[in-house]
Amino acid sequence: MSARGEKFDVIVVGAGPAGLAASYILAQAGLKVIVIERGDFPGSKNVMGGVLYRAQTEEIFGEGFYREAPLERHVVETQAWVLTEQSAFKAVHRHTAFDEEPYNSFTVLRAKFDKWAASKVRAAGALIVPETLVESPIIEGEQVVGVRTGRPDGDVYADVVIAADGINSLLAQKAGLRKEVPADQAALAVKEVIALPKEVIENRFGIANDQGVTIELYGAASMGMVGTGFIYTNKDTLSVGCGALVSQLAKTGIAPNDMLEHLKEHPAVAPLIEGGEAREFLAHLIPEGGLYGIPKLSRAGMLVIGDAAMLVNSMHREGSNLAMASGKLAAQAVLRAKEWNDFSAASLKYYDQLIRDSWLYRDLRKYRNMGRFFEHNPQFFTLYPDLLNEAAREMLTVDGVSKRVKQRKIFWGSLRRRGPLYLAPFRMAWDFFRAWRSIA
Amino acid sequence: MKRLTLEQKLFLNGFRPDTESHLRIKDPEKCRTCKDRRCTTVCPVNAYRWENDQLTVFAEGCLECGTCRIACQECDNIEWNYPRGGFGVNYRTG
Repeated sequence: MSARGEKFDVIVVGAGPAGLAASYILAQAGLKVIVIERGDFPGSKNVMGGVLYRAQTEEIFGEGFYREAPLERHVVETQAWVLTEQSAFKAVHRHTAFDEEPYNSFTVLRAKFDKWAASKVRAAGALIVPETLVESPIIEGEQVVGVRTGRPDGDVYADVVIAADGINSLLAQKAGLRKEVPADQAALAVKEVIALPKEVIENRFGIANDQGVTIELYGAASMGMVGTGFIYTNKDTLSVGCGALVSQLAKTGIAPNDMLEHLKEHPAVAPLIEGGEAREFLAHLIPEGGLYGIPKLSRAGMLVIGDAAMLVNSMHREGSNLAMASGKLAAQAVLRAKEWNDFSAASLKYYDQLIRDSWLYRDLRKYRNMGRFFEHNPQFFTLYPDLLNEAAREMLTVDGVSKRVKQRKIFWGSLRRRGPLYLAPFRMAWDFFRAWRSIA
Repeated sequence: MKRLTLEQKLFLNGFRPDTESHLRIKDPEKCRTCKDRRCTTVCPVNAYRWENDQLTVFAEGCLECGTCRIACQECDNIEWNYPRGGFGVNYRTG
């Protein structure tokens, strides 16, 4: 490769949001940066739901980036649905503020967006080498000094290697920074991108121009497993997907594709995708370990960022923004190390400190017990969605029974579903108290 | 919406298949005694199939997600790598 024999300041492995953010900042600062990407082009292996947040993207690619970047729609309406097999309880929020620049978030297709982001990184002076697999770190003594690629004579050297190679990060594993992801700390999500005429999408979702809607789906979306689903409006496609913890998929034996087909046939979902034509079928793991899933973030000559560092806030379905933020912090640490010409473990540990002092760490800390709680309390994915929907149905059914009688029926009926009457009220109170504590 | 089979869905995706499989069963004997064979259900493209009393891997539809490796980590019987650079799935939307 063109990089043979050359030494770089920084090698970034993986051209996703994390890697591109870090390399953009480092290249702009004048460092000699190489980005190594295994796909045909940056974006061709990258998958998310996906929602891109303006604030953190802007911190990297500049104010008003959304005017030139290939985005799908800016999100003006956010919905959450609690599903049972036959029903849906919907919460919807819409505000004109979300329809005004600089916008809050966008739906996005990563193959297109990452390609654009990579072009910015290239323009900033970084060398982007696609179609190249990084096989292992090159370690001398304690120091990571480069990476071995799959190309002939493909060793590349640098002062620092940044692992931005996603949740599977074989690189971080081989460098001893990370162990294998436990099956209850990763969710498999499957997604279809479904084509529909632009006008049909806009009519069905009540939007116009570039306005977009996101819908998060709970309950029956993951067939009782700990998981969620989603529907996002793109320009002339919909992203429809769902996911569940790998441990739950393994235990139940439910095939991921069956879970997705089950969701697509839901009576509240089917009309939205009716007449659509599948364009692509995608699968991706999502880090769900939260705070406790964060591995060792640095060692001599190496940093880990983005999904490779398991930085995802699943409560708020935020990932790409944490990825970019961590890329920025890594770049900051590398710039300081460069200034001092010190790439030791102690010097690069500055990155750990920056992460710990950041908003993203505080967010992950806030929700640190959430994942474990929901995994051990499946009633939140089965029983409670059912009770909510049944209560709504009862109150909305006009059948000559007085509302007070209906309320009583709902109250006692719900209690009975959570066990014997002398236990149920305490169980329910305890459930919601702990649920609240895990997210509050 | 018209229902597609998994095979039909995979035809939608762009693939550049490698000549050599990037997924390998380390010890086929071990799979014979494996109780749940989680790989045969968790894989989103059904790449692992139990046929004629042995585990067969169809790596050409692989979406490189890594689920099989994580699901099999107790046995640790899947040698999991990415396809070589430029090979494998090629998303157009992502």
